[in-house]
Amino acid sequence: MMDKKIDCLVLGGGAGGLAAAAEAARHGANVVLLDREPAPGGVLDQCIHHGFGVHRYREELTGPEFAHRLVTELERSGAEFLGKRFASLVDVKRRRVSTLGPSGYIHFQPSRVILATGARERPFGALGVPGFRPSGILTAGVAQRMVNVDGLLPGRRTIILGSGDIGLIMARRLHLEGVEVVAVLEQRAIAGGLTRNVVQCLDDFEIPLLLQHTVSCVHGTSRLEGVTVGEVDRQGVLIPGTEQYMAADTLVLSVGLIPDNELVSGLVPTDKATGGLRVNSQMKTEIDWLYAAGNNVIIYDLADWVARAGETAGQFAAQAALGESPPPDSVPLETGANIVHMVPTALADTNAACLLLRVSEPIANGSLQIEGLKPRPVARARPSEMIEVELSEEEISELCKRERILVEIVSHD
Amino acid sequence: MVKIAVIGAGVVGALIAREACKYEAEVHLFERRSDVGWGITKANSAIIHAGFHDTPGSVRARFCQPGNQAFPALCEELDVPLAHCGGYVLAFTPQQKAELEKLRYHGECNHVEGLVVHSPDEIHAREPNVSPDVRWGLWSPTVAITEPWALSIAATENAVENGLILHISEEVTGLRVDRARVVEVETGRGAYAVDIVINAAGLFADRISAMAGVDFPELFPRRGEYILLDRRLRGFVNSVLFPAPTRKSKGILVLPTIDGGILLGPNAQDLKHDAKGRVDTTSSGLREVEKGARKLVPSLSFAQRVKTFAGLRPETVQRDFVVGTTHVQGFLQAAAMRSPGLTASASLAPWLIGELATAYTLERKASFQGRRKAIPKPSELDEDRLHDLIQRDPRYGHVVCYCNEVTEGEIIEAIRRGARSIDGVKFRTRAGFGRCQGGSCSARILQLLARELGADTRDVPQNEPAAWIVSGKARDDG
Repeated sequence: MMDKKIDCLVLGGGAGGLAAAAEAARHGANVVLLDREPAPGGVLDQCIHHGFGVHRYREELTGPEFAHRLVTELERSGAEFLGKRFASLVDVKRRRVSTLGPSGYIHFQPSRVILATGARERPFGALGVPGFRPSGILTAGVAQRMVNVDGLLPGRRTIILGSGDIGLIMARRLHLEGVEVVAVLEQRAIAGGLTRNVVQCLDDFEIPLLLQHTVSCVHGTSRLEGVTVGEVDRQGVLIPGTEQYMAADTLVLSVGLIPDNELVSGLVPTDKATGGLRVNSQMKTEIDWLYAAGNNVIIYDLADWVARAGETAGQFAAQAALGESPPPDSVPLETGANIVHMVPTALADTNAACLLLRVSEPIANGSLQIEGLKPRPVARARPSEMIEVELSEEEISELCKRERILVEIVSHD
Repeated sequence: MVKIAVIGAGVVGALIAREACKYEAEVHLFERRSDVGWGITKANSAIIHAGFHDTPGSVRARFCQPGNQAFPALCEELDVPLAHCGGYVLAFTPQQKAELEKLRYHGECNHVEGLVVHSPDEIHAREPNVSPDVRWGLWSPTVAITEPWALSIAATENAVENGLILHISEEVTGLRVDRARVVEVETGRGAYAVDIVINAAGLFADRISAMAGVDFPELFPRRGEYILLDRRLRGFVNSVLFPAPTRKSKGILVLPTIDGGILLGPNAQDLKHDAKGRVDTTSSGLREVEKGARKLVPSLSFAQRVKTFAGLRPETVQRDFVVGTTHVQGFLQAAAMRSPGLTASASLAPWLIGELATAYTLERKASFQGRRKAIPKPSELDEDRLHDLIQRDPRYGHVVCYCNEVTEGEIIEAIRRGARSIDGVKFRTRAGFGRCQGGSCSARILQLLARELGADTRDVPQNEPAAWIVSGKARDDG
């Protein structure tokens, strides 16, 4: 079969990919967007709760509504969508992407590729918890799909392990569906998800959040019957004598999302801290023709930011594909005190850029210090909530004169 | 016509049943569980041993090396994966070196070919991640790996094509013996007049034996815990790495799996006679596996862990197989198939059925057709063949399990071939076997099973019927 030559190929039809494809097409590029699912929308379609679009559309939307807006933008942009199509191979040398779908293989030779492959959930097996392996243990995302898309309930009495946002949202969802939610267990001393989710999903329904607790053993040979729950110290080590049995037929896991970059594993450099692809402020990876946007770069807290990252990637990928702007030089951005995650990892000399940061320890009051710029005040920063920093054209051109840029957060508590 | 009942559809029973189908006989295969290969077969190291571990003169030694030699043709006929990766027994001390020499001697007695002791440089050339402290390695080129569950599935499928009557979810509850001759098999569903019963009941072989009034050595489960690492680590180890064996077992190994993962384990905990369901893992056991594996390969990263699990091996104090005829006419043993039971099954099955054929003057069945084709795997086909396959059935182009690139076509074919549960699909296609452990595909496979079987999703289990997945409908006011 002949290779299909296009300007931009976007892999993944979630918030990042939809926004990227639409933006690239608006810049005049010939764009194809692929997804493994029949229809675009990605994980948004199972997120029937509110809280989407506040930044992008100045409206509070549900996930499917947010997806619908993005899909409408896509349709107007002229980008082509192909569903049920799985990208199986990226050949970096030949700049070729092989994809499989019900009509067979299609090989693309795109000028630029935007990877918007999102994230996957850390599975139970990866935790190495001892005990039996009964049915009734599932990730929060699977539970969400079952309940919200397929209309099925995964059990009658559940414990939720991990307090990531999807876990918190599913605690509420399952409670509202009549499932008894015994407790949410969190190994760390603070919740993993957004504060607003702890309040709106747990506190409002009197669902207990047990901090510094974990599951230490699984019981039940066919279906889950219960779990042993114990307290852990600050290092996450089980404290002897604290273990108790809790009956439950379902264990829902929200123990972390992992940027999904299997397709380019070993081909494109990733960031040790985020586990995502390293990108500059144009969302270009360290491979010249590959761009990336979304949860495969860093686990975002809001889909709005994902869509915005997608737009950035779409714009610069399209301009590069059309030969409009030569890629500018980038200056490495380095994380210093109290910053655990930062995107991008390099600053390109363009007219605007946005830094997204996560603190490693919560602070009430402090300042963000970007080497070479005036400090900016930071109030109430928590690891679960991203800090967004806009850089102006003047600041960027100032920073781009440096060899490297150190970014730190200093506490004034 | 002679009626043969095989009890237990693990790899041993399935291969025996298939072998029996080569003759003019009515062959029944009884399995108490809901699918084939769900006992010992599905949770072991999946190694085709060379035969140097077994004491010369033992029953194990008698069947292991010939089994190893029989495997390539068997896997070729049944279209089951087999990889001749070779194996090393690693020695770190002069005492362990002495063990190596003993194994080499045993191997030579057992007709194992190609055994050679390698220096650290030779070992590291092949296995750069083996501990720098290693001093000698016994290299055995005939060690191989396979997928035992795939073999039991393939053998059963092929046997059914050749006339086998398969009884799934049908536990044998009694045997009737009349004048020292087995005459009937009783199950929860009925009674079957038989001439021959072959006991391949794995952990429950003692119970079946007792039903026939035949003594059996005390059979106890030896639990082995395993850790599976991501196939992203493909190539981190290339061959099966054994430590020098202890009196009890072959020790904790590090080995590749057929689909590119790395398997660590097993430890060896002897459980009580009645603990035959204890496939739970323990924190101490998993730590033991980590420690044992690190002795051989210190740089292993457990962050790449995909899953942990435990399997049970059927052990006796004699530490040997119990096979062949008994004082009850027509009642034969294929039992206590502890390691290297998987390897030995390939030579035991033809031997056992050959003996029966002679004793009962069974005629060869002219219509027997021994070749079975595996479910096509688009991820392993070249593009032209895949194109033809998709032309016939576009569902082979629709990927459902993203980690292992398993398509809707494969899943539907697995259901057509007998999968009735999520695990049934998993063991036939590897869907859900990958790093996300079914996170993205299990809900879709549930829907496909319900659709293809015309069942309510509430009635589709993970494996056994009691392992339900769906409790009810959401927003169900009724």
